[in-house]
Amino acid sequence: MGILEVKNVGKRFGGLQALGDVNLSVAENTVHAIIGPNGAGKSTLLNVLVGKLIPDTGSVMFDGKSVLGRKPYEINQMGISRVFQTPEIFGDLSVLENMLIPCFAKRDGAFTPNAFIDMFRDREIVERAEQMLEEMNMADARNDNAATMSRGNKRRLEIGMCLAQEPRLLLLDEPTAGMARADTNNTIDLLKQIKDERDITIAIIEHDMHVVFSLAERITVLAQGTPLVEDTPDKIKGHPKVREAYLGESQDAA
Amino acid sequence: MFGLDKKHTNLLLLVAALTMLAPFILNPFPEGSGMAQFNAGYPDLMQRFVIFGIFAIGFNILFGLTGYLSFGHAAFLGVGSYAAMWMMKLLTMNVIPAIAVSIVVAGLFSLLVGWISLRRSGIYFSILTLAFAQMSYALAYSVLTPITGGETGLQPKLQDPRILDGALEAGASPRANLFGLEMTSSFEWSVGSWLFTFNVGYYVAAVAMLLSFYMAIRIFNSPFGMMLRAIKSNQQRMNYTGLNSKPYTLAAFVVSGMYAGLAGGLMVAMDTQVGAERMFWTASGEVVLMTILGGAGTLIGPVLGAGMIKYMENIMSKINETILHQWFAFLPDGIENLLVAMVYPFIGKGWHLTLGLIFMLVVIFLPGGLVEGGQRIARLFKRKKPSSDTPDGKTTPAE
Ligand SMILES: Nc1ncnc2c1ncn2[C@@H]1O[C@H](COP(=O)(O)OP(=O)(O)OP(=O)(O)O)[C@@H](O)[C@H]1O
Ligand SMILES: [Mg+2]
Repeated sequence: MGILEVKNVGKRFGGLQALGDVNLSVAENTVHAIIGPNGAGKSTLLNVLVGKLIPDTGSVMFDGKSVLGRKPYEINQMGISRVFQTPEIFGDLSVLENMLIPCFAKRDGAFTPNAFIDMFRDREIVERAEQMLEEMNMADARNDNAATMSRGNKRRLEIGMCLAQEPRLLLLDEPTAGMARADTNNTIDLLKQIKDERDITIAIIEHDMHVVFSLAERITVLAQGTPLVEDTPDKIKGHPKVREAYLGESQDAA
Repeated sequence: MFGLDKKHTNLLLLVAALTMLAPFILNPFPEGSGMAQFNAGYPDLMQRFVIFGIFAIGFNILFGLTGYLSFGHAAFLGVGSYAAMWMMKLLTMNVIPAIAVSIVVAGLFSLLVGWISLRRSGIYFSILTLAFAQMSYALAYSVLTPITGGETGLQPKLQDPRILDGALEAGASPRANLFGLEMTSSFEWSVGSWLFTFNVGYYVAAVAMLLSFYMAIRIFNSPFGMMLRAIKSNQQRMNYTGLNSKPYTLAAFVVSGMYAGLAGGLMVAMDTQVGAERMFWTASGEVVLMTILGGAGTLIGPVLGAGMIKYMENIMSKINETILHQWFAFLPDGIENLLVAMVYPFIGKGWHLTLGLIFMLVVIFLPGGLVEGGQRIARLFKRKKPSSDTPDGKTTPAE
């Protein structure tokens, strides 16, 4: 049994079968990549996992509990954090405040009307947030406005915010999309470090094969809403069906 | 001090000093001088400054922090006023129960309105709140006449039960008081040709405003306040960070409704009357203007905005053509008449025009409101450190 078990999930948008009959098992403490051509249904699948979409059929179990029908914040509190394609951070807030929020969410839960404590005097939380900023190498930027950071740093902050919650499953949707080579490599290094240092399961959607083959221990290839094959990176590289459906195109394009 | 850091303690002390000394500060011109008409240090207007200050401080907790633009907050003001009036009719003319009940009743009503309106966001939320307020106004005017007094409104009457107060002496009328100290009573102090008025009602309202302001500072600096700013900044990230934004927004809505109720209760405590027009949509719009004009999301902005609008409404509107002619009398007749003709549309009844122009200029050039203006001026004077003042000051009003 994997930590995440997706069974027979289907999702239809009007006349379009975005997800056909998806079965997927993600083993604990592995990095599992989901690849596939544009429109394959990767983001749709991810949206099902985090509660943004409710599938028409099938079940999604996380750690033995169903996530279906739960709100995104509830699923997050179960231990699933999500990194978005374009970094989603609190642009109007300082970098430190951005980090304080997930720390409060982790300790105090989904809603706590604590209007009479000064947040900067909550030593436990502030120390935790500052330690996370150190780990992300962004302690110097703590008082900067988050919106003013580079895209690479916003991504870094977003990943750090997710990690502050100590999730058991981290979902990343094209974390390096639109990044320059250097930023991409930094992100790869950061993710490698995360997987080495923590007990965490990572599921990553990615177009960039360099990223996929640097990180993934298992790969699922999705095409037209159904998984084509699932195997180790080495096997996937040589798989004729995969080359046909996906890798061939992508390598021509590159 | 008071659980605040140094910066915010100083801000609170400054505001406390300004409100306590307001009778001096607002009356800088000697009686009888040409400038005396610009004096704002009379009780009625000073009370309005602080009461609308409270209204705007509360509104800002919702709008400035979460970005949810309510167009119906006058309803809570009105409900608070009616509740306070009924306390004065049924219990006592002492303002304490009246004010306390106005906060509670407005809080409950805002819980209902917020619970329904917050199912939507953006413009739909604004329209829902507007609809609620206009419904309340219409009800107060018609169906609910037995409770609201309809068109005539309500005043304390001699024959009201007032079970806690003893019978009034013959010929006496019920007067709002604080344990016997009447709201309308004033102490006047004349120094040379200056006249300063210290009014009980004003000081009661001013203390209420200081408490409100202090609470707002606490909320701004709390994790709760940060969550409210997070809602405005990125609700998506918030929900995917395990936080339920709904109860946060509803709590902000109810808190701001209670502030509005307090303002409504204080109005009744000052002038012992209430009418449905207090809930009209223009009154809801006014608090939006005050907050944006002063600086949404800043601590002091809403108070400044409220003060500015109330000053203009009461002072600018009193300037008439005759006064203009006096001002420009030193000029040759032709130029005098020309100037008067040019200025005239902007004063007296035309003060709305001036307000509209100022509002437009502020929104276009100072999206952070008067507070941003103040910060820019301050920065000109002390170039050395780019002032990390109120970090809230940087937030621009929600679109
Ligand atoms: N909310 C929606 N409403 C209607 N159609 C949708 C919706 N979301 C996705 N689709 C469609 O479903 C299909 C799968 O989309 P999805 O975004 O999951 O693909 P993807 O694999 O993530 O592609 P990409 O690599 O381009 O990100 C596409 O054809 C898309 O147009
Ligand atoms: Mg996608």
